[in-house]
Amino acid sequence: MRIVHYWRAMWGIVGRELWRFVTQRERFVSALVRPLVWLFVFAAGFRAALGLAISPPYETYILYEVYITPGLCGMIQLFNGMQSSLSMVYDREMGSMRILMVCPLPRWFLLLSKLLAGAGVSILQVYVFLAIAWAYDIHAPWQGYLWVLPALMLSGLMLGALGLLLSSFIKQLENFAGVMNFVIFPMFFMSTALYPLWKLKESSILLHNLAQYNPFSQTVELIRFALYGQINQYAFVYTLVAFIVFMTLAIIGYNPSKGMMSRKGGV
Amino acid sequence: MKPAIALSVENLSFSYGGKKALDSVGFQIRSGECTVLLGPNGAGKSTLFSLITRLYDSHDGRIELCGFDLKQQTGKALAKLGIVFQQTTLDMDLSVIGNLRYHTALHGMGGKQADQRIQQELERLTMWDRRFEKVRQLNGGHKRRVEIARALLHEPSLLLLDEPTVGLDVPSRQAIVEYVHQLSQDKGLAVLWATHLIDEIYPNDHLLVLHKGQIKANGAVDDILQVTGTTLVKDAFHHLTQGEAA
Repeated sequence: MRIVHYWRAMWGIVGRELWRFVTQRERFVSALVRPLVWLFVFAAGFRAALGLAISPPYETYILYEVYITPGLCGMIQLFNGMQSSLSMVYDREMGSMRILMVCPLPRWFLLLSKLLAGAGVSILQVYVFLAIAWAYDIHAPWQGYLWVLPALMLSGLMLGALGLLLSSFIKQLENFAGVMNFVIFPMFFMSTALYPLWKLKESSILLHNLAQYNPFSQTVELIRFALYGQINQYAFVYTLVAFIVFMTLAIIGYNPSKGMMSRKGGV
Repeated sequence: MKPAIALSVENLSFSYGGKKALDSVGFQIRSGECTVLLGPNGAGKSTLFSLITRLYDSHDGRIELCGFDLKQQTGKALAKLGIVFQQTTLDMDLSVIGNLRYHTALHGMGGKQADQRIQQELERLTMWDRRFEKVRQLNGGHKRRVEIARALLHEPSLLLLDEPTVGLDVPSRQAIVEYVHQLSQDKGLAVLWATHLIDEIYPNDHLLVLHKGQIKANGAVDDILQVTGTTLVKDAFHHLTQGEAA
């Protein structure tokens, strides 16, 4: 199989996803409104209630808005990953997934291309969000805006792979509400997106432990450190391993001989 | 010399849980041959199509497309296949040309070659002037035409159509049936057409009757009429399926 074939197919899939995103303005706006409400309303309200000690990567006292900005970047990607999973289920119900799955390329490559497309869309959203946050006086060092790009790519892939994995289990579109309740909310609230680990430990050891091993916490820390020009190695390895595990399971889930597809009645 | 075998299915079985959907199915389709797969609802037609397109996989049996084993040489085998599914698989939010370009990208076709093929196929189906319209705005017959054009873009050797005329009005149905038969003759394309509409069968077609997961008849229309002692396909089908409606 020629490399150029892979290249064209990948761009076809990524281009289609980006085009859909750009032309669906409502999706673009709603993807931004969610984190902005958290930033402008929730964070402003909690600013007085929460005192944050100096902890890496921050070198001075920071406002709560500054603390939750990387968490909200992660939130954008988390929702985007789940949105992709939703669109996979939708595509499966509508049948357009079949066209992708019967093209003459390995399934893992097609799924990876889908993931890259989803991650690309989420990175666009995050940068627009960071630009608005900049205007709101939340500044990171300029290099941080470059360093955060590979971190966002990895975290977008990891959360997308999780979405993909879930989509291989979800039989119908209606089941998506369950994903919201059982995956997105627990992952987001039991993480370091809104409060640092040591703060969680003060209230509950169990919550602290859950948050510590939550892959979403590690991806938020990866983004947080990258935004300040640093690499959090533990978070990087943790996110990478989580991506590999989720991706492998998703590929198995979409494999016609081993996965869920044949048991459910196909893609 | 006989034309090349485009599709070979050997001893294929498939079950959903404990329920057998296909039971030792075997047949061959040659280039330039239009084969109509006739069977009542639940006969196993869609399961068979899902196996040929490798959306499902079966441990029992073997499928070859133009000599390529579907399990061992999946990419090469699928490259020979054009498909029109029963349900529309177009992206409603994209234009006609957007949908076709997506397909050419998936098949690794470059810009110039892709544009040329898109123009050829759309012109042949008189859809070229509508290429910039969103698919959502097209009627059912036109959507089907776009799907047929799409299935042919990469010049497959075998075209699979899973009840492609369901829900269409009579003129649209006739146009599609005529077009596909013509394609098979002119281009030497092998066609496997699943249907439950007997009037879509032409006298020169090859007929496969599938019932309860088993092949009940496999041959030229005339031969099947002779074997069943009937004069109409409708009666032959009735005879083979013991009265079940197509």
